[in-house]
Amino acid sequence: MTKPSNEAFFWMLFSAGGVVAAMLIPVQLFLFFIAIPLGWLPTPSYEFLLSLVRMPLVRIYLFVLCSLPLFHWAHRFRYTLYDGLKVKHLTGLIFVLCYGGAVLGTAVAAYLLWTI
Amino acid sequence: MNEGTSKEAATYTPFHPRWYRPHVSVYWWLGEWHYLKFILRELSSVFVAVFVIETLFMLSSLRDGPEAYAYFQQVMRNPLLIVLNIVSFLFVVLHTITWFNLAPSAMPVRMGGKRVPGALIAAPSYVAWVIVSGFVCWLLLR
Repeated sequence: MTKPSNEAFFWMLFSAGGVVAAMLIPVQLFLFFIAIPLGWLPTPSYEFLLSLVRMPLVRIYLFVLCSLPLFHWAHRFRYTLYDGLKVKHLTGLIFVLCYGGAVLGTAVAAYLLWTI
Repeated sequence: MNEGTSKEAATYTPFHPRWYRPHVSVYWWLGEWHYLKFILRELSSVFVAVFVIETLFMLSSLRDGPEAYAYFQQVMRNPLLIVLNIVSFLFVVLHTITWFNLAPSAMPVRMGGKRVPGALIAAPSYVAWVIVSGFVCWLLLR
């Protein structure tokens, strides 16, 4: 018997985050961080964007958009560090930093969307 | 056979297998297109994280009021950030394409004893991508 591992759980988060990132980040990134700053699209007014973000479904959408892709990043980035840079001896530290970052980002997203 | 005499006759070295461990360079992924593509795909996750951080800053500025929001918009017009975001966009699209194209390998579908072509399994993802992207645009620009 091999020791039961948490690998499946983290892989599920990775996979769900991968789907969210693939579907939503290209359009979000293009609109907000390329087209609007370059003036291709008018900058949404503060009142309009705030009212949009305060809609309950949009809050949930934004929470999912921020949280799951961070866990996707944590999984990929930690294996990139293990294999790409061959730093297997720092496994524990890398694990804590990657998933710690994802948990922290999730907490910040939850706090912002709750209090916005 | 007498052990004493044979030891004197031949000089042994004890059998010691050497591990076959070729030295792999830290830059093993350079030079071979498949490996490079793999590393670029994995690195796309860094730009995913950059996007999330930017989005969190945007939400934070919305929460802090109109002035903070205006300042955020001004910061995002910085040419360096725009270049970063264009690079991020290319990496994220690489993630999208590689992710969708992975589905046929991750879950091969068989119909009538034959394997369904990969393109047919990946196609619905692309259709959903276009619809979802269109919906987000409509929500923001209506």
